[in-house]
Amino acid sequence: MAHGFDAWALSLVVFTPIIGLALVLVLPRDDEGTIKLVTLVTTLVTFAFTVLVVVRFNYDKTDKLQFEVKKSWIDVIHSNYHIGVDGIALPMLALSSFITLLCVIYSWNHFPEPHNPKAFLALILLLEVGMNGTFVAQDLILFFIFFEIVLLPMYFMIGVWGGPNREYASIKFFLFTLFGSALMLLSFLAIYFKVDVPGVAGGHTFDIPLLVAAGKGGMTHGVQLLIFGGMFLGFAIKVPMFPFHTWLPDAHTEAPTVGSVLLAAILLKLGTYGFIRIAMPILPEAARSWAPWIGLLAVIGIIYGALGCLAQTDMKRLIAFSSIAHMGFVMLGIASMTTFGLNAAIFGMVAHGLITGMLFFVAGSVQHTFHTREMSRLGGLLQQAPHMGWILSFCAMASLGLPGLAGFWGEFPAILSAFNPLSTIHQTPLFRGYMVVAAVGTVLAAGYLLWMLQKVAFGAPKPEFADAHIHDVGVAEWIAWTPLLLGIVALGVYPNIVFRVTDGAVTSLTKVFGG
Amino acid sequence: MHLPSGFFLDHAWLIPLIPAVSFWLILGFGKRFGARAAYCGIAALSAVWVLAVGAVIQWIHRVNVADDGKGGTVSALGAFGRSLARAEEGKSAAVAPVIHATTWFQNAGVKLTVGTQIDGLAVMMLFVVATIALLVHIYSFEYMRGDRRFTHYYAALSLFSASMLFLVVASNTLQLLVGWELVGLCSFMLIGHWWEEKPNSDAALKAFLTTRTGDIGLLCGVIMTFFVVQRATGTGSFDILAVNNAALSGKVGHTLLLMCAVGLMFGIIGKSGQFPLHTWLPDAMAGPTPVSALIHAATMVVAGVYLGARVYPIFWQGFQIGNSHVNFMAVIGGITVIIGAGLAFVQDDIKKVLAYSTISQLGYMVMGLGVGAWTAAIFHLFTHAFFKANLFLGAGSVSHSGSHHSFDMKKDMGGLRKYMPQTFWTFVIGTGALAGIFPLAGFWSKDEILATAGHGNYKAFLIVGLVGAFMTAAYMTRCIYLTFFGEYRGGHSGEHAHGDVAHGVDDAHVHGVDDAHAVPGFGSHDDGHGAHEPHESPPLITVPLWILTFLSITAGWLQFEPGLHLTKFRDWFQPRVAFPLPGLFSANHVATIPDVKFSAGLATISVAIALAGVGLAYLFYWKRAYGQDAAAHNALLGAGKKFLVNKYYLDALYTDGVIAAVKGPIANAAYWVNQYVIDNVLRTTGRVATVVARFVYRYIDQRGVDGIYNGTAVVTGESGGLLRKLQNGRLQEYALFILIGVAAVALALAIRF
Repeated sequence: MAHGFDAWALSLVVFTPIIGLALVLVLPRDDEGTIKLVTLVTTLVTFAFTVLVVVRFNYDKTDKLQFEVKKSWIDVIHSNYHIGVDGIALPMLALSSFITLLCVIYSWNHFPEPHNPKAFLALILLLEVGMNGTFVAQDLILFFIFFEIVLLPMYFMIGVWGGPNREYASIKFFLFTLFGSALMLLSFLAIYFKVDVPGVAGGHTFDIPLLVAAGKGGMTHGVQLLIFGGMFLGFAIKVPMFPFHTWLPDAHTEAPTVGSVLLAAILLKLGTYGFIRIAMPILPEAARSWAPWIGLLAVIGIIYGALGCLAQTDMKRLIAFSSIAHMGFVMLGIASMTTFGLNAAIFGMVAHGLITGMLFFVAGSVQHTFHTREMSRLGGLLQQAPHMGWILSFCAMASLGLPGLAGFWGEFPAILSAFNPLSTIHQTPLFRGYMVVAAVGTVLAAGYLLWMLQKVAFGAPKPEFADAHIHDVGVAEWIAWTPLLLGIVALGVYPNIVFRVTDGAVTSLTKVFGG
Repeated sequence: MHLPSGFFLDHAWLIPLIPAVSFWLILGFGKRFGARAAYCGIAALSAVWVLAVGAVIQWIHRVNVADDGKGGTVSALGAFGRSLARAEEGKSAAVAPVIHATTWFQNAGVKLTVGTQIDGLAVMMLFVVATIALLVHIYSFEYMRGDRRFTHYYAALSLFSASMLFLVVASNTLQLLVGWELVGLCSFMLIGHWWEEKPNSDAALKAFLTTRTGDIGLLCGVIMTFFVVQRATGTGSFDILAVNNAALSGKVGHTLLLMCAVGLMFGIIGKSGQFPLHTWLPDAMAGPTPVSALIHAATMVVAGVYLGARVYPIFWQGFQIGNSHVNFMAVIGGITVIIGAGLAFVQDDIKKVLAYSTISQLGYMVMGLGVGAWTAAIFHLFTHAFFKANLFLGAGSVSHSGSHHSFDMKKDMGGLRKYMPQTFWTFVIGTGALAGIFPLAGFWSKDEILATAGHGNYKAFLIVGLVGAFMTAAYMTRCIYLTFFGEYRGGHSGEHAHGDVAHGVDDAHVHGVDDAHAVPGFGSHDDGHGAHEPHESPPLITVPLWILTFLSITAGWLQFEPGLHLTKFRDWFQPRVAFPLPGLFSANHVATIPDVKFSAGLATISVAIALAGVGLAYLFYWKRAYGQDAAAHNALLGAGKKFLVNKYYLDALYTDGVIAAVKGPIANAAYWVNQYVIDNVLRTTGRVATVVARFVYRYIDQRGVDGIYNGTAVVTGESGGLLRKLQNGRLQEYALFILIGVAAVALALAIRF
């Protein structure tokens, strides 16, 4: 257990936004300046705490939980307030508090209609609590609660500040996720009752590390498969994997810019993180049986998402579909159950967070400027707003997996991992087929992104906007975007920044999977 | 013993770094740089050139020391040091590459590296890339003068140089892949340099997407190189030396090697313009001409050949070249030689003639690799880079000063030899080198390929090579006739309609109509290109031309075997370790590369055939021996020409077939499934649930239930009412009840289990 600051560090990262939230709520609605300032300071302080955690983290023991705290919480069901980070959680936690800060900065002068900064920022803070909490929780009930906290702010963000079809989109988002959550909770409860954990009071626990150590705990293979299935649905909907993805394009299309960024950059990762943190380590046997199917849905998602992109006319909807394809690569890596695959998956999650987050920012600014996202109406962005045009081109290149930028290091090792999946899955030839399909997906990705670029950035401006006075990238945008752009380059040039953190934890995790 | 290394070999990482810094500088200072962007780029490339030449000199020194007998065995060469034999009598000594690497990323505790592997092949390529990139940087200063994106142009050139050099010095296949994609990006940026016009951005997209299609194979191939090493040593690695050693170790199954070779070969097909993915290269001519010379003739397009040469043991073993199996690589190369040359005959655009010629020559190189002529193929890469860059820059000179920025030989050229004598002579010498006329550079390298093709089962490829040589000589003679002979047909600036839109924009951009876009530092950008006589280009253009002409003459003399007995290219640049050479790799009975000697007879035949090509074209064009337009009067010739003009209908197949299908019906079908099938399942579920709930509420709860069923009734009634509330947007309560319901079910299940 940690001592001193270390014992408080993660709780501070998770709950500092609550303090900010309380302050924002008591401030009068008209006092926008103070509200914005309080929110900014809160997210800055949260981020500073995260940076402290990152600095004080012991990178020689990434497989051990650090900054660990375990206090009894709900004794009746043996659920504890158990938090901690290892090499798998740390990059996600850093990403989460980093992106939230940038979103607050971007929001400075980009509040969506109806104008209500107080409510909007309060929701962002609440969202941050849920996101940060999910990545540090080491107890199933705690995890579930943080996982669910995220739901409501996003629902309101889409439902209140969304586009014309916001009601449909927000309810769809909510019901889908809730459906998954329900099954997930069911699985958690089943694990609690079915896994015998020696050495704890009552013989049952929600504690994740204890459950991982306990192994199958006397469950038959059939029961494991069922329980895994429940978790699979819960997480797969969040990722989202084909065919549970249809909430995503609608949610993204309707969500305000910041909502889209948070949704793509962090919320989707809750699902993939759940696979890596909970479903696979606790139920490795079932995971091995499910892996070929997960891999299949992953590669279908890669191709299907790309085809969906090709059919779009709305820029933001296109980016939303591209998320399905990219998360397909992440899931393919996870399905391989190898060190390469899991490292790639975590890298892919971070990279996708930066890149797609950035793409949604740009799409938001394009809409803010042109009041449309229809690609057929846009054109010549490089001429009218050269900086924005270049940034869009840069992000498109990063998104299509250009080596030297972050996206590549999520894709390539994931594809590689499919060549030699965990041998005890006993489906190596099948996975090699997946490898080729995934490689084909990279070409389709280049296709839809470059065609988008050609329509939006190249050519001459359309007559309708030819004489319009177009604002290029503004100050708030530069401040919010520059760290993302630098991050994309830095991770691309020196990927070990992330792999160094994840590798130890992933390597010890794969030992649980059995070879 | 210890072989000498040296500063330039040990610090090769500087070579890609310098242009990379130049790129960031130009990008950072942007428009403020103005014309100075060019100085930045030229300075960077000059430094690179010095480093490259230093590396060549130190490498040659290293080889010479080894060959003088002071070298000999080389220890600790990867995992297979044992298989390196001591220098035998009359054989070359083993010379280890100079490798420096550092951690790039790690997996399962194993560090994977990024670094430089400098050996003969790398220094040769460094020299080629540095020389041509430097000349192109200088040439572009004049050629691109006044361009509206002058600084962007130089930034992209710098980035390209950095990426290409990174690819060349790469110490592992993954790094090769990274460089490979980055040069592809630069190619994309520069082809689409004038992106305002759709044909240009179309060409850029086509180049990127076509090469990326080949990269499907490359990606899989590079992945398999990792597992080739893993099979051999237990630990996977991308290191080139380890891959080559593993491939030759005999511990790796043939199937894996074959799959790996096929995968990598797809990458080569895409990048090096091989049939059937060559179609992007002619379109790539939409970019500025110096770019075509650098990227699409001399360096980037040979990246595929370079890859093939770098991990040659994979192909050697996978395709069983040592046993003279007729293989995928040789066949693709052979087909490309002929189809490229055929298309060069029907082009009116001088750059497209050269583009198809490049395709055909790349075919020679790939075919050479495929038939076991490693040294010959790489030698051809070396000589071709110089004479083809020479020809492209010559074409640029013609358009810059002779034809008012047109590339149409039939409309805007003709008779230019009188106006541009220097361009004319450099172009003629470049053509001679390309056609393989003794003693110019192309003669030596092409002849080596042909000589090797003559052995084993590869005789058919000798015929292919000879036919290709004939066609090359003929279409280049046609090109010279149309450009430099006859009457001058241009002189109507602004009048020509530019049938080929891709080039039509040259004029407008280079001599921009919009002063707002003028680049600071140039003053007036009207350098006098109104309606006036064609004239010779200024020295910034002609001096690079003469330098390349000099190299087009002399580059082949490194292998001046008859009389002088020079085999320097082979001695210096052929790999000396982990390579199937007699005496160097004797393990596991690996077949070794044949040692082919210069054959005077074959040389005479090939020169005679080339001269026959020139002669036939002379009769056809100068003497009009077959009438004005034979194709118009002969049905068979007409059909053939139509087939060629339509590029074997491959473009139609790809654009209107594959791409149109994927973008149109297939994508739309997938989206339709998304919107109307998957989503409908959801909507139907929702609707059914509502109907059921309503039914339960109305008929069971309200009417039929009383007494002992009260408990159930409350629950169902509640849920039915909630579903209605959902429609009114009362979602939170619904969610709450779902949770409670699920929890209840869970508890029930848990107790039952």
